[in-house]
Amino acid sequence: MMSVPTNLNYTAEHEWLDTTSGTATVGITLYAADALGDVVFVKLPDIGSSVTAGQVCGELESTKSLSDLYAPVTGKVVETNLAAVENPAMINQDPYGAGWLFKVEIASLGSLLTAQEYQAQIS
Amino acid sequence: MRTPLHENHLALGAQLTDFAGWQMPLKYGSETTEHCTVRRDVGLFDLSHMGEIYVSGTHSTKFLNYALISDISKVKVGKAKYTMICTADGDVIDDLVVYRLADDEYLVVANASNAQVVSSELTHRSHDFTVSVIDRSLETGLVALQGPQAKVVISKFVSPNLIAELKNYSCMQTEIIGIPILLARTGYTGEDGFEIFTSVDQIARIWELFINEKIAPIGLAARDTLRLEAGMPLYGHELNLEITPIHAGLSRIIAFDKSDFIGKSALLKLSEQIDRKLVGIELETRRIARAGFNLVDESGIVVGQVTSGAFSPSLGKSIAMAYLNSNIDLATAKISVDIRGNVEPAIVVNLPFYRREE
Repeated sequence: MMSVPTNLNYTAEHEWLDTTSGTATVGITLYAADALGDVVFVKLPDIGSSVTAGQVCGELESTKSLSDLYAPVTGKVVETNLAAVENPAMINQDPYGAGWLFKVEIASLGSLLTAQEYQAQIS
Repeated sequence: MRTPLHENHLALGAQLTDFAGWQMPLKYGSETTEHCTVRRDVGLFDLSHMGEIYVSGTHSTKFLNYALISDISKVKVGKAKYTMICTADGDVIDDLVVYRLADDEYLVVANASNAQVVSSELTHRSHDFTVSVIDRSLETGLVALQGPQAKVVISKFVSPNLIAELKNYSCMQTEIIGIPILLARTGYTGEDGFEIFTSVDQIARIWELFINEKIAPIGLAARDTLRLEAGMPLYGHELNLEITPIHAGLSRIIAFDKSDFIGKSALLKLSEQIDRKLVGIELETRRIARAGFNLVDESGIVVGQVTSGAFSPSLGKSIAMAYLNSNIDLATAKISVDIRGNVEPAIVVNLPFYRREE
């Protein structure tokens, strides 16, 4: 069984987010990365744009398929991971670390899962 | 259906996929890593789903020369030939590798999806010849070792002198750890490599032998990107019953100078005028141009269609094969691929995308 970091929150769409500071750092889970296969293309929301919790805000394309990226929070995008755009392999290699995707100044949180709840979803 | 190596794939943690009715390993870990392992080192493939059809009898050569589009009489004993079986209209029923095992004995290897069609079509075409056509697909296991280190690995188990004599597109009957095999220097990756045919009862012993040598197993996902980089067509994508070998850029395998063969007159007529041809495409974007996506010109008019696309691990860019209308002037035309509404600039390149260093 794949364990999920307990210090993060999750969405049913397999994003994780770290809300320990005022901005949320967002990525996809290891479970999602493995299910996608090797990611080759990432389209992230523009810095300064607004994203809405539960709405599509980008794309992840893997060798196998194209998947929408959902915003887990509502707010303004303040940073995107350009290294992951240039080298999407790091999303598969380190989805909870170097493979993070974007940071949002939180206006409101969407419907989030605890690590335990997300673990139950993927088990 | 399951190959004789099904349990081995499960033990190796393979993700399985349905391919032509067979449960095949898609990948064992990262497909990109598997791809690069074959390009740099060596990898092991289970190809037991492929079709193996044996043709023997005094008329074997004459028969295959009538049934297939290449000149089989020029294939010497112990050599192999890439060829096709076409309809009377010249359309491709399947692409094949034919191995000449003896003067009047051949092994015809067909795609898994077409094994039964090829077998019954060959039988149907054999009526006026003294030959027997026997489909041994389900009795035959096949594994491939592919990559620049393949010859080092195989030489541990087969005399290096024999391997040195076994040139590209050659085959011989020999054995590995006492198991009789047909060993062929053929493959579908663009690398040096070997294909090993034996009975379904014995194939697992050979697979395990190589796994114990720490050879990485490679799934169908990497097999597809390897063959795409090597510019090799895949039946169902670049080839089908509406495409002739001429469209696919494979006129060179048609032996127009031999006496009658099925498809000859149609192909002769067609060779003067084809409406589309297979091309290579490189994209600026990292997005994948997938099969079925349209090629468009600068005014947005559809001028072709993608047949296979992938992100090429070797080139580090998105590549595709596509059929492009013949009336497009490549010197001036600006071609793009319509990727779900994103018009992505592309350049038309010569195939293959990747060629190994000799």
